[in-house]
Amino acid sequence: MIKATLILDDGTRFCGYSFGAHINTSGEVVFNTAMTGYTESLTDPSYAGQILVLTYPLVGNYGVPAVDFWESGHIYSQALIVSDYSSDFCHWNAKESLGDWLKREQRPAITGIDTRALTKLLRERGVMMGRIEIEGIDDMPSDMYYGDINYVETVSCKDVIRYNEGSGKRIVLVDCGVKANIIRCLLRRGVEIIRVPWNYDFNNLDFDGLFISNGPGNPDNCQATVINIQRAMQNNKPIFGICMGNQLLAKASGATIFKLKYGHRSHNQPVRMVGTERCFITSQNHGYAVDNKTLGADWVSLFENMNDGSNEGIRHISKPWFSVQFHPEAAAGPTDTEFLFDEFIKLL
Amino acid sequence: MGKCNVKKVLLLGSGALKIGEAGEFDYSGSQALKALKEEGIETVLVNPNIATVQTSEGIADKVYFLPVTPYFVERVIAKECPDGILLSFGGQTALNCGVELYQSGVLKRYNVQVLGTPVQAIIDTEDRDKFVRKLDEIGVKTIRSEAVCNIEQARSAAAHLGYPVIIRAAYALGGLGSGFCNNVQELDALCEKAFSYSSQVLVEKSLRGWKEIEYEVVRDCYDNCITVCNMENMDPLGIHTGESIVIAPSQTLSNSEYHKLRELAIRIVRYIGIVGECNVQYALDPESEDYRVIEVNARLSRSSALASKATGYPLAFVAAKLAMGYGLSHLKNSVTKSTSAFFEPALDYVVCKIPRWDLGKFHGVDREIGSSMKSVGEVMSIGRTFEEAIQKGLRMIGQGMHGFVENKELIIADIDKALREPTDNRIFVISKAMRNGYTVDQIHSLTKIDKWFLCKLRNIMATSEQLHTYNALETIPYGLLYKAKREGFSDFQIARAVGEDDMEQGMLKVRTYRKALGILPAIKQIDTLAAEYPAQTNYLYLTYSGTVDDVEYAGDNRSVIVLGSGAYRIGSSVEFDWCGVQALNTIRKEGYRSVMVNYNPETVSTDYDICDRLYFDELTFERVMDIVEVEKPFGVIVSTGGQIPNNLALQLNDQGVHILGTGAESIDKAEDRDKFSAMLDKIGVDQPEWRALTSMEDIASFIDKVGFPVLVRPSYVLSGAAMNVCSNNDELNRFLKLASNVSKKHPVVVSRFIEFAKEIEMDAVAQDGDIIAYAISEHIEFAGVHSGDATIQFPPQKTYIETIRRIKRISRKIAKELCISGPFNIQFLARDNDIKVIECNLRASRSFPFVSKVLKLNFIDMATRIMLGKRVEKPEKSLFDLDYVGIKASQFSFNRLQNADPVLGVDMASTGEVGCIGEDTQCAILKAMLSVGYRIPRKNILLSTGDARQKADMLYAAQLLRQKGYSLFATGGTSRYLSENGISNTLVHWPDEDCQPQALDLLRHKEIDLVVNIPKDLSTGELDNGYKIRRTAIDLNIPLITNARLASAFIRAFCLLSADDLVIKSWDEYENGKR
Repeated sequence: MIKATLILDDGTRFCGYSFGAHINTSGEVVFNTAMTGYTESLTDPSYAGQILVLTYPLVGNYGVPAVDFWESGHIYSQALIVSDYSSDFCHWNAKESLGDWLKREQRPAITGIDTRALTKLLRERGVMMGRIEIEGIDDMPSDMYYGDINYVETVSCKDVIRYNEGSGKRIVLVDCGVKANIIRCLLRRGVEIIRVPWNYDFNNLDFDGLFISNGPGNPDNCQATVINIQRAMQNNKPIFGICMGNQLLAKASGATIFKLKYGHRSHNQPVRMVGTERCFITSQNHGYAVDNKTLGADWVSLFENMNDGSNEGIRHISKPWFSVQFHPEAAAGPTDTEFLFDEFIKLL
Repeated sequence: MGKCNVKKVLLLGSGALKIGEAGEFDYSGSQALKALKEEGIETVLVNPNIATVQTSEGIADKVYFLPVTPYFVERVIAKECPDGILLSFGGQTALNCGVELYQSGVLKRYNVQVLGTPVQAIIDTEDRDKFVRKLDEIGVKTIRSEAVCNIEQARSAAAHLGYPVIIRAAYALGGLGSGFCNNVQELDALCEKAFSYSSQVLVEKSLRGWKEIEYEVVRDCYDNCITVCNMENMDPLGIHTGESIVIAPSQTLSNSEYHKLRELAIRIVRYIGIVGECNVQYALDPESEDYRVIEVNARLSRSSALASKATGYPLAFVAAKLAMGYGLSHLKNSVTKSTSAFFEPALDYVVCKIPRWDLGKFHGVDREIGSSMKSVGEVMSIGRTFEEAIQKGLRMIGQGMHGFVENKELIIADIDKALREPTDNRIFVISKAMRNGYTVDQIHSLTKIDKWFLCKLRNIMATSEQLHTYNALETIPYGLLYKAKREGFSDFQIARAVGEDDMEQGMLKVRTYRKALGILPAIKQIDTLAAEYPAQTNYLYLTYSGTVDDVEYAGDNRSVIVLGSGAYRIGSSVEFDWCGVQALNTIRKEGYRSVMVNYNPETVSTDYDICDRLYFDELTFERVMDIVEVEKPFGVIVSTGGQIPNNLALQLNDQGVHILGTGAESIDKAEDRDKFSAMLDKIGVDQPEWRALTSMEDIASFIDKVGFPVLVRPSYVLSGAAMNVCSNNDELNRFLKLASNVSKKHPVVVSRFIEFAKEIEMDAVAQDGDIIAYAISEHIEFAGVHSGDATIQFPPQKTYIETIRRIKRISRKIAKELCISGPFNIQFLARDNDIKVIECNLRASRSFPFVSKVLKLNFIDMATRIMLGKRVEKPEKSLFDLDYVGIKASQFSFNRLQNADPVLGVDMASTGEVGCIGEDTQCAILKAMLSVGYRIPRKNILLSTGDARQKADMLYAAQLLRQKGYSLFATGGTSRYLSENGISNTLVHWPDEDCQPQALDLLRHKEIDLVVNIPKDLSTGELDNGYKIRRTAIDLNIPLITNARLASAFIRAFCLLSADDLVIKSWDEYENGKR
């Protein structure tokens, strides 16, 4: 067993054993309290640039399935930190072990860490940068700061991709790091998708609705997308956004974004549809949130987080524009809010 | 701000603990009552289980110790006029009773509103056909069978369902003619056989080897739903979830499977219309995402209690609030106190539930585990690796095992068979198989247990084998030692693996050594949110997969640790939970920090708001020391948790732990047979003669001296019961051959058995050797029936004043000699004022809650104050002032234990008890007997009343029965005896007599309403004949009594009284000295 160490920016060290690629790396250290779904999380482009800490200790149990079950074609997370990696796995759709996959995808991973202690530290001091050092590996990753890097640019598609051409209503999907299950959820509802890069000016395309995807990093790095959305708002076509999409739509409407003290990264985030008794358990992964106080007069809060009261979605009071901070497409996580895709489709 | 406007609510409890319905309902009922109290709602509780926490003072406003049956509940409703009723907190007993009251129109007549889940929804889940239809309507798959009448139909049904299928002959008892078929050839063969038993055959899709998964779902009246927890059975489908090792959360499900089943669970619960809590059980194909719903329980259940403890989410409390009309979003997470109750807990540990069986206590019982529940209790272990959790759990079940490995060698004739046909030993068979070189694949193919679990078990075995390569502790590399601890190895296991001889010393050596290396467990919180938000939770466990403690200790010496009672088992259950909870209450009141250590998820003492700190962890010396070392307590209480903590006293004391109350040396003096005898001799107190003997010759010469009968207790038991009364050489030889090896290493304790003696119990509290309060109670049965099975009367109604005086005197002597400070119990034999001591326990006994509640004097509160060093004055009250009588009766679960002989003896067999109060013995006994499932017979009674003495004992009862117009049926000797005494009866024949009428036929034709069958002796013919009658009665659910004294008392009660004569009075209406 090869030793591996996570060193946080404040100097705290956590020692364990390597079970992924033998590469040193660095990234923003974030935790997720989900108890299932490591495959989905690791391939979620929103985790680009981040070292993912799983609070659920037993990881790797059901191995890793084929690529069609992933959220993108690759692992986007910089690295994985767990308490008790299970090299033995058993599942009918597993193709390989988590460790082998991480090695293949050139991502380091550490097991044997007190992930609860680490999580409490991250919770109290806020997310921080950290680096992973594998015993016997001397290459040092270059210093960087998560917030300064435009991760959306690195994970967004480079060219326009079309799905289900001619099948029905046409949706422009702005890819800030879209998860595969968003595309699946839309396609299941029989629409055509034109997936465009994050900064692509789609306003010249012929479409029925606009979708703004999730994505990694600081929304301030996506000014180009915000400008494109603002132009789209000049007509009344329906707009739906998820996660980063919520923040970009809010910015386009004139609201501002702030970094949460405790980011929401779990499968058990309770949200309430504002003004109703309807509550939902949602899957979330974000460190920034829309500041409700800065919402324009024509905008209202659509959902609120029942734990800390933060914004979980916005809606225009008269136009068919809305977005949510959580992940109605789930994968991983609960599927309670998938109906929002239906709501969007109905607006088209 | 409860949304419904009820002011008074009736809650139904679950009655006595029985297999399938145990302490979990004390926990859920207590939580519900607490939730209602918070709302300012008046509460009325019907529950005859007097040992529960929920029937204690200050929980419900009114408590009725009455049977949870429609008859009595209706009378309570008529008296109390509640406007609401809660049915889902008292298990199946309460649910069935509630549904009957609803269907018979009683609830409507008295204007009682059912709160929470509507009754119709309950009926929809209980009725199999309705249930299947309901789920069909929303496209959810259920397990179904098709009834066919010929082979062609069977073939087409099988083709339609898909192979493999199960074939069952309809209406055939005991699974005759059933089996699995993988293809049409096998189907043809089996069907031919099945049709020979029955004209109808059921074809069902076989889900053998499928995973069994459960979800606990909560829904409020706004249609908001959450799933609080999911759980995975380690044992595949086919083994009852109550018999299975269960893991939470699920371990082998992918995200997609987890959420698919979650979504279905929510769909089902919404459609059925649950308001409150519900459990959904699935079968999941291990080779695809195909599933079936097995069942839905529209009430709090054993699983929901487990889920509450596993997650920290108080399901019963929340369910009660939802029944009052709250939405989930109106409630707060009771752990964080700041976040919403509408959320799903995230665990950062793994939980393992393991059942505890006591099958060894029964004669003839089938040890195979399967689709019906036989376990009597369970444990929950928490760890941050699976290996840690399961090894902890295997120690917790308390059956002499040290974990998965390093146990006493198990002798198994055929490992393959033992793997294929699981018994209560199955996990240790897997250990044995692995030790013998079986691969994970081989074991999987025989057991169908998911390979992931087996791989984890193999890890433990591999570590054990690595440890075995070292023969000195100091040579084990640090990494291996640390790994072993992370995988849940105890110091004992490590000591044994490296070949230490003296285990006690070896264990201490490992402890000292690893502590020097800095290998210490971390203290972690259960906070429901995996540390995402700050939580001030006091719910803790220890793990070696952690480097940082969650708790900062004040080191102020203000903690008082109470050691709990562990898994419920025969002989130790809810009564010790009550004792522990009372001790915690008093500790808090006295200004100390109350700390509980226990691991039983079915209890109130493991509810984290009952104490200031809860360690949900092992009650082993090692773990208690770990806790003592961080907690640095004022002291430790070992006397309120039954035998487990009591046994730790000496060891803890040796390490300088401050044992509160009676000193450890005194405890040892009472526990050690030799020391205790010597002490009794010294203070001039009599006891039945006894010897620990090592050869047959010694046994014979001892018996020559004292004469038969003798009580024989082998120290090493091979099979069958642990002790027995033998009346002659024949019996003695047969029993010793059956039960034990007599040898130097395993002596047999033989004591003189005194016949027709009264058994009397002294429960008391002393301070520095001076008795402060006491309760004397008498057994209805003569000595020979275990005190845990006996029917107990308090205050005694038929004991001589002189006997009582002598008992008090002896007790005072013993208390003084042992310098008792705290609770204790002494058992006496009394015959003609001749008093002998049988046993003395320097701890609270099983009957403490019973006598405390009947006397309305909390013995544990007093004892705890004494143990904390407070001066306690002698109370004014005494048992001689009581104007009423309490009867404690035992609940048996023989119907769950296939083939077990339902006869009572010196070994305990009951699984629970009730305690009822009445104006006199008759009233109390009738209520008590009806509470444990007896019914007043309508017409016919079958009697076989044992030997001459017992026949004489029963004569008056038989006369009464005749006077009341009952028809008596009697076997040979009894019939003759009755006729000779002028009591008309019908002769029936024993099963081995080839004449008519046959006793068994009468039973089978349901012509008998009560069976009194008293075994005469242990001769084979007698046992066999009697056994058949007793077992048949149990299997056909016909009330059975096997003791002459109890039978007489019950018969007298129902002949002289009718149910209508019983006064419906709540506990507080029985007042001292007034009527």
